[in-house]
Amino acid sequence: MTTLDQVRRRAESDARTHGYYLNPDEDFLTDLLEGLRRNEERYGYPSCPCRLATGVFEIDRDIICPCDYRDADCEEYGYCYCGLYVRKDVAEKKLPIKPIPERRPPEKLARAYSKENATPSEKPAEGKKLTIVSEKPPAVGLKMWYCKQCGYVCFREEPPYVCPICKAKREMFSGLTVRISGQD
Amino acid sequence: MRITKVKGENKKHKVLLYALSTCGWCRKTKKLLADNSVEYEYVDVDLCSDEEYEQIRDDIIQRGGRIAFPTLIIDDVKLITGFDEDEIRKALGI
Ligand code: SF4
Repeated sequence: MTTLDQVRRRAESDARTHGYYLNPDEDFLTDLLEGLRRNEERYGYPSCPCRLATGVFEIDRDIICPCDYRDADCEEYGYCYCGLYVRKDVAEKKLPIKPIPERRPPEKLARAYSKENATPSEKPAEGKKLTIVSEKPPAVGLKMWYCKQCGYVCFREEPPYVCPICKAKREMFSGLTVRISGQD
Repeated sequence: MRITKVKGENKKHKVLLYALSTCGWCRKTKKLLADNSVEYEYVDVDLCSDEEYEQIRDDIIQRGGRIAFPTLIIDDVKLITGFDEDEIRKALGI
């Protein structure tokens, strides 16, 4: 069984790797870590403490902590949806940490939260049921990034804050276009 | 359904909270209500059965909300999604 201490160490090490801090409010932080521990215990994976998981791995995959939305939220708001991971400047300047909007796309929410796939933005008319049109992942601007200092390559929306391998700053990252071509 | 009633002196409004037992913002909401001695009821939706969950989901959607936590319903009419402290204080007059 995973202990609270293990969850904490895992989060700390992940924060370090990606150049984040954990929430400085110790009580709030412990609640979140305990939530992650409980979720791991009941679902088998540490799904996001502030989102309702279904228990179906395939559906919950994007909200397994650290979720797919962490980096974009840290970039835009300074911390993730739960407030577990906090951007360096927000932590250092002790800026307020308040709830932020949900970035998980409506089609994923629909898949997770209802048989009828009803989401508020697409609330079905009386008696009408909404069906999922596409199972395809939402179009996100995933891109290849490479670290000019050590050559580390990753595939994500934004370059990391800090290179997980050589700790170079994000400015060292450059977008990469891969062209696959046959014989000339 | 496991509805927990939290007693308080302030009974001016009927307050129902849909929460997650693991969520930090939900806990902050509970604390805000308790600190202001607001009487309220809550359900930890992650601990509900599938049937109960469906009931709650439909209830939230019907009221024009979205499936996010905390969701606070005041006097059966006003729905507040998320720990929006100012909005909650305003709605409850605390
Ligand atoms: S919002 Fe934060 S705590 Fe929740 S899953 Fe994403 S990274 Fe983890």
